[in-house]
Amino acid sequence: MISTWTLADPDGNSSEELLVAFDRGRDMRVLISPAWFDEANKLRRFTIEVMRRLEKAGIDSFLPDLPGCNDSLAPLESQTLAGWRAAMNDAADRFGATHVLGIRAGALLAPVHLPGWHYASQSGTKLLRAMLRARTISAREAGREEKAEALLTLGRSEGLTLGGWPLGAALIRELECAEPLQADGHSEIAQSVLGGPGLWLRAEPDEDAAQADALAAIIAGTGA
Amino acid sequence: MNTVPSIQNDAALDRELKGLIADVLGLPAEQAAVFEADSGLFGHLPELDSMAVAGLLTEMEDRFGIVIEDDDVDGEMLETYGGLFAFAKAKLGTA
Repeated sequence: MISTWTLADPDGNSSEELLVAFDRGRDMRVLISPAWFDEANKLRRFTIEVMRRLEKAGIDSFLPDLPGCNDSLAPLESQTLAGWRAAMNDAADRFGATHVLGIRAGALLAPVHLPGWHYASQSGTKLLRAMLRARTISAREAGREEKAEALLTLGRSEGLTLGGWPLGAALIRELECAEPLQADGHSEIAQSVLGGPGLWLRAEPDEDAAQADALAAIIAGTGA
Repeated sequence: MNTVPSIQNDAALDRELKGLIADVLGLPAEQAAVFEADSGLFGHLPELDSMAVAGLLTEMEDRFGIVIEDDDVDGEMLETYGGLFAFAKAKLGTA
């Protein structure tokens, strides 16, 4: 269930990243593009719980780490949106994915050639805005005054650490205008459909069996 | 991506705002339902730390379709439920 996958970066180097997979060679194979940064931690258990339900429903699923994320040894500050999109496309080919589930900002990376779902997708603009706001508010609590616009200007040229995540200048520039890639076969799953508040809003990572049931049922085609 | 509810009157805004606070802070709905204008928020609710404030404001932008600037955020709007309600109402009025 827990293994690794190897991807080639644009410079021709290969890197080995963690992969969680339920792979029994079944017909339906769902690639999961997980949430990012702090939300990745908040939603990790929920994501795996959805995968367990898909497993029981006879569906394979694959949750790859992207370079710079989760257990990756690659530095986060050198990652780009374009690089992550290429990595997710690479993962789709490698695992023979038939569908994709993009979670929150993970929807920004969902390969367009696969049908699938965006769960509570978030644009790059909103993600950046929320992370900048958390930084300016905590700075204010510490007695420093920081302005989001000035931070963003700095971030565009030199990169910026937001919420403890060192983001490179290229990634920040890309995120400013990044929207989920809405392909013909992609449908949005709004949080309200799962019947409870989003778990990324919790202060600590949590789980919710009813929400995991609901999301898995939609993917398995047995839900709303 | 997010549906902006049609907020026609104060009662609808009150309901939406209390639901939003409960969702963001993980409070039981019944605790948020009894908020009064002078119920304390920031500095009174242990769940509402600075990270939660950021989440709260971002969620308000998403659900109400408003934009909240740095300069909008001050102690008064976050101190009580009434302050936050008045802020949201003013933002929706000019949106």
